[in-house]
Amino acid sequence: MKTVGKMIGSRLSQLFIMIFVLSFFTFLLMKITPGDPIRSILKVDDVSVTTKKEEQLKKEYGFDEPILKQYGDWIINVAQFDLGESLISKKPVSELILERLPATLALAIGGLTVLFLISIPLGVISSLYENRWPDYISRWIALVGASIPSFWLGLLLMYFFSLKLQWLPMMGRGTFAHFILPSFTLGMAMAPMYISLLRERLITILQSPYIEAAKARGISKRRIVFFHALRGSLIPLVTMFGLSLGSLLGGLSVIEILFSWPGMGELIVQAVTQRDYPLIQGFIIVIGFLIVLTNLLVDLLYMVINPQIQQGKEARV
Amino acid sequence: MTNKQNLSMLLGIVLASILASIFLLGSTFGTQDPFYINMANRLSSSSAPHWLGTDHMGRDIFARMVYGAKLTIGLGILIILLAMCIGIPIGLLSGYIGGKMDAFFMRVIDGILAFPDFILAIAIAGILGPSLTNIVIAIVLVKWIVYARVIRGLVLEEKQKEFVLASRLSYSSTFHTIRLHIIPQIFSEIVVMAAIDVGKIILLISSFSYIGIGAQAPLPEWGAMLNEGRTFIQVHPSLMVYPGIAILLTVLCCNLLGDGLKGYFQARKRRNLQ
Repeated sequence: MKTVGKMIGSRLSQLFIMIFVLSFFTFLLMKITPGDPIRSILKVDDVSVTTKKEEQLKKEYGFDEPILKQYGDWIINVAQFDLGESLISKKPVSELILERLPATLALAIGGLTVLFLISIPLGVISSLYENRWPDYISRWIALVGASIPSFWLGLLLMYFFSLKLQWLPMMGRGTFAHFILPSFTLGMAMAPMYISLLRERLITILQSPYIEAAKARGISKRRIVFFHALRGSLIPLVTMFGLSLGSLLGGLSVIEILFSWPGMGELIVQAVTQRDYPLIQGFIIVIGFLIVLTNLLVDLLYMVINPQIQQGKEARV
Repeated sequence: MTNKQNLSMLLGIVLASILASIFLLGSTFGTQDPFYINMANRLSSSSAPHWLGTDHMGRDIFARMVYGAKLTIGLGILIILLAMCIGIPIGLLSGYIGGKMDAFFMRVIDGILAFPDFILAIAIAGILGPSLTNIVIAIVLVKWIVYARVIRGLVLEEKQKEFVLASRLSYSSTFHTIRLHIIPQIFSEIVVMAAIDVGKIILLISSFSYIGIGAQAPLPEWGAMLNEGRTFIQVHPSLMVYPGIAILLTVLCCNLLGDGLKGYFQARKRRNLQ
C-alpha cells in the first residue's frame, strides 16, 4: 500500500500549492484594488462616514498593517482552521459556509444522478448505432446541449413545469419536489461533455481485440456493450468526473441563484456583491479542499476499477 | 467522417452568415434606440415599429438584441485575444526553453487549473467589484492559464521533431525557430481551440450578467436582459425567449465552426502526409 501513501502525499502537496498560490494572488489583488471594504462595512452599518470611524475600523481589522504581515497572520489563522469572520454579518466564515454545505452537496448529488441517467444511455446508443440516425440524434443533443446557457435551460424548465403545467414548485428548498428542477438543470447542463466522451471511448473499445473475441464467441452486441465495453470506458469517465468537478461547482452557483437554492454558490455571489473579502477568501479555501479531496477519491477509485494502476503500471488511457 | 465534419463547417458558416446579416442589417437600418424608455408602451407584442415588441420599460427588444450582439460577441472575441496574447508567448517559451523554470511554472499552473475557473472568476470579480470590465479582466486572468498549458504541451511534442532539431543545430535563434518551425505546426490547434472558446466565454459572460455580477442594468448584454426579464416570465415570456435563443445560436455557431475547422485541418494534414 505504498502507492496509496504516495498518492495522498502528492495530493496534499497539490492542495498546499493551490491554496498558497490562490490565496496569495487574491490577497494581493484585494490590496491593489481601489475601493475598500471598510467603506462597504460603514455603508451596511448605515453610519455617516467619518475619517475617525474609518481609521478605527482599519485598525480593528488590521488593514493598516503591511501586506505581508496581514497575509502571514491570515495564513497562520487558516492553519488553525480559523477563516476569520464575515465583514457584513460578523459571523465566523467557516460557520457561514458549513451551514450552506448540505444544500449544495444534495444538489450536486441530484445533478450527478441525472447526469448519469442521461449520458450513459445516449452514449451507449450512439456507439451501438454509429453513424446511423440514433447516433446523429444523440450527437445533436450533445451539440445543442453544449451551446445552451444553463440558466436559460433552467428558466425554460421552470416556465413549462412550474408555471404552465404547475407540476413542480418554482424555487426554494424544502420538499423533494423542490429538488427536481434544479437537479435536472444541472445534470442536463453537464451531460453533453459526457455523452461525446462516452461515445468516442465506446467506439474505440468496440474495435479492440477482446471485443472481437467476444463477438467471435457469438455474444450479442448489446451484451458486449453493457458487460464488456462499458467497464473499459469507466476510467476516462472517472477522470472526466474528477476534472469536471470544478465546472460542477461553478455551474451550481448559477443554478442555485436561479432557483433560490440556499447553497454555497448563492452565498459566494452575495459575498461578491457585498465585497465581503474574508468570506470570499474562506470560500476559495473550502472549495480547494473539496476539489483535492474528490481528486483523491478519484485516484482511489482508479485502483478499484483497474488493479494494474495499484501495481504502479502505466494503465491510464 | 470527413463528410460529417464538412457538414459542421457548412452549417456553422450558414448560421454565422444568417446571424451576422441579422445583426449587421439591424444595426445599420434599425431606427429604434436600445436605451429609449417609453413606459406608455411597455410589454407590447411584435408590431411594425417594434419587430420583437418592447420590454418592461418600453424599450425596443430588437434594438437591444442587436446592441447586445455587438457587446456579447465583441467581448467574447476580445477576451480570447487577450488571453491568447498572454498565454501563447508564455506557453511557447516555457515549453521551448524548459528546465527548472518550466517545471516550477507548470506546478503552479496545475495548482490553479485544478480550481474551478468559474468560481475563481467570481472571486476575482468580487474583489475588483462587480462590473462588466472587471468580469472581462477576471475571465482573461483565468483563461490565459489554459492557453499557456495547452501550448506548452504542443511545443514539447513539436520540439522533438527533426526539422526543429535541424533548425536549432544550424544556429537559428530561438525566436526564428519558434516563428518558422513551431508556430505553423500548432497554429491549427490554437484556431480550433479559440473558436470553441469564444462560445464558452459568451456562455460565461452571460451567466455572470445573469447572476448580477457582470453587465449592469441598462446595458443590454444578453444575460443581463434575461436577468431583467426574469420577473416578467409569467406575463410576457417573450422577454426571456429572444435573448436565450440568441445566446444558444451564437454559441452553437462557435461550436459548429470549431468542429468544422478541426475536420478541415485534419483532412489537410492527411492530404499533406500522402
